[in-house]
Amino acid sequence: MARIIVVTSGKGGVGKTTTSAAVAMGLAKKGHKTAVIDFDVGLRNLDLIMGCERRVVYDFVNVISGEALLNQALIRDKHCDLLYVLPASQTRDKDALTQEGVGKVLEDLSKDFKYIVCDSPAGIEKGAHLAMYFADDAFVVTNPEVSSVRDSDRMLGILSSKSRRAEQNLESIKEYLVLTRYSPDRVKLGDMLSVDDVQDILSLHLLGVIPESKSVLSASNAGVPVILDEKSDAGQAYEDIVARYLGENRPHRFIEEKKGIFGKLFGGK
Amino acid sequence: MSTTVKKSPLNRAALEFKSSTFSVPVLVLSGNVPDVIQEQLEKKIGLAPDFFKNSPVVFDLQALNKQGLPIDVAMLADILRKSKLMPIGIRGGTQSQVEIAASLHIPVYSVHNSFSETGSFHQDKDKTEPQPETQKTTINTLVNHPIRSGQRVYSAGDLTVTAQVSAGSELFAEGSIHVYGSLRGRALAGVQGNANARIFCLDLQAELISIAGNYKISEDLQGHLRNRPVQIYLQENSLIIKDLV
Repeated sequence: MARIIVVTSGKGGVGKTTTSAAVAMGLAKKGHKTAVIDFDVGLRNLDLIMGCERRVVYDFVNVISGEALLNQALIRDKHCDLLYVLPASQTRDKDALTQEGVGKVLEDLSKDFKYIVCDSPAGIEKGAHLAMYFADDAFVVTNPEVSSVRDSDRMLGILSSKSRRAEQNLESIKEYLVLTRYSPDRVKLGDMLSVDDVQDILSLHLLGVIPESKSVLSASNAGVPVILDEKSDAGQAYEDIVARYLGENRPHRFIEEKKGIFGKLFGGK
Repeated sequence: MSTTVKKSPLNRAALEFKSSTFSVPVLVLSGNVPDVIQEQLEKKIGLAPDFFKNSPVVFDLQALNKQGLPIDVAMLADILRKSKLMPIGIRGGTQSQVEIAASLHIPVYSVHNSFSETGSFHQDKDKTEPQPETQKTTINTLVNHPIRSGQRVYSAGDLTVTAQVSAGSELFAEGSIHVYGSLRGRALAGVQGNANARIFCLDLQAELISIAGNYKISEDLQGHLRNRPVQIYLQENSLIIKDLV
């Protein structure tokens, strides 16, 4: 049986798709057969971030409505043989998704894959609801600012009351915090919530902090998941997150302010 | 609230007290001239005769007494009955009016126990947290997980939360509310009018606190009592917030 991971947030633009792509790639690179599904029907983005937009023939909605087989719609990633992408439909809307249809696709994927990463759309409506409904684990992506934290909190409430696991009284979804676009110097200036502030409000297991980084934008534009940019801080941070999720014990990085060359020379402690 | 009776085969329970809320029209009087009252009453009833026919009614004399206008309670009850209304209570009456009502077997309601909003709170109760209907012995609710933004919990008795309560969530209890964590959401205790209900929390950052309809919003909670363990109770219709330790 596959483990189903939902990457969710409530708020838009916080880095769900970037995180989905990076985490899926990271899991596949560790040798686990992984599928990543774009639930954002109508606002398809994952294929761009994964760099497979030119190879989309069939999509998630085609599979649900029986117009295509799952194998026809899955796109194998060009960087890693163990990673497959199931793109969203751009010409339909979220109403094209049904609970039975999504459940059937996930069940079929479960037979063949080790991990299924569901990239949730923003909001708390149908698309987001179906993305999280069947999940075993949830990566809650949050930016260090109050509205994102509030929306994540709302999403956590929905995870704990409206998911399959909640409705069937099974063990609840494991929830992890992924704090993205973190900038220690802005925290120091008081412009941004600190890791501790966010933890205080959400009291959630922190999987990792992704620093604000130019490499995220350039990786997105190039269609390469940022985790493949091993030199970048964001790429390394996602690598850490995947390792921690798989049970490795790694110390947190990128929480402290980076010291410049002069800071290193004269800063001391 | 319900009383409990031991259900042994020999001693079967033949009755049970249950608490129920009813929506009853309240007739608020502002004039004391009998003919005028009768005339205006008939006009109002004429607008919806079926709705008012044999309807129970509570009459409220508070406004009248504030103006110092006397009224004969027995006569008022007669006028109501003539109009096919059934007076089932008096509210806001003076000592002598209350005594007359009691002699006419009309129950007395206190003004402070009757908040118009309590009915709507009752309907708002969270569907995910149903009241234990089969277990009549326990009406208190215990929640062991954080209450997140957007979630609502209703308890027919006391409500105890052993985790934090997030901003944007709502707690309702007919009894007291205990939060063993940060209270950042809304907490409404005594929602059915229990003025003895209290709110306890380890860290007060609430958006709103209310006991039996008396409330304070976050803006009123600034200052030294914020971010501290406190208890909140009602004293002479005002909310008192006190350090717990």
